[in-house]
Amino acid sequence: MAQENNRAAIVVFSGDMDKVFAALIIATGCAAAGMDTTLFFTFWGLNAIKTGQPIKAKGFLGRMMGIMNRGGLHRINPSRFSFGGVGRILFSKMMKDKGVQSLEDLRQTAIDLDVHLLACKMSMDVLEISKSDLIPEVEDVVGVATFVKAASGAQLQLFI
Amino acid sequence: MDVKVDRVQDSIGQLCPMPIVHLSKNMKQMESGQVLEIQADDEGAHADIPAWCSQTGNEFLGEEAADGYFRFFVRKS
Repeated sequence: MAQENNRAAIVVFSGDMDKVFAALIIATGCAAAGMDTTLFFTFWGLNAIKTGQPIKAKGFLGRMMGIMNRGGLHRINPSRFSFGGVGRILFSKMMKDKGVQSLEDLRQTAIDLDVHLLACKMSMDVLEISKSDLIPEVEDVVGVATFVKAASGAQLQLFI
Repeated sequence: MDVKVDRVQDSIGQLCPMPIVHLSKNMKQMESGQVLEIQADDEGAHADIPAWCSQTGNEFLGEEAADGYFRFFVRKS
């Protein structure tokens, strides 16, 4: 590769369809340019790496949260023009008509390019999400220190 | 362009980031010194392919217009 220490570290905090889309495009672009790329999913961003199956939470609030915030790439809504879920269908159709990859395809492309998918342990605890609620490609469930290690010295750091 | 092409990538109809993703995959399978021709009609490719080359240290040889698309030439370093 052209440069030493060629790394990218991206926090995916948002679970909005459009922002996750941006994060995945940037991540695949970084990985395609030979960068060792890490996506750190936290809070609402976890919805982008959930299986979409019902959350196996123990507490009452956790179960409610799992119903209200079930997640899965096919279920997340755009940050604007959501129209109670219609916006998602609308945007998906517009993207498909233009020949843009779907979110699922894009995430798979990122996985194929060896983008590291990390999940934030603390927000998983708060939302009562367990590792089995996440897609198996998630490499590890980690804390902030792991992200700091990945991000420090990375040439590209983003918070989305 | 007067250059011997070793591999051709059909990215016609593809949008960002797929031409770059396939460019990266193809280059991994090629030998140093070999030339890849990318056929693309995405406007973004004019800036993106040279940018990818400078980021990865590969040589951008140039581009030329074809019928409804552009041909981009990249030599693996």
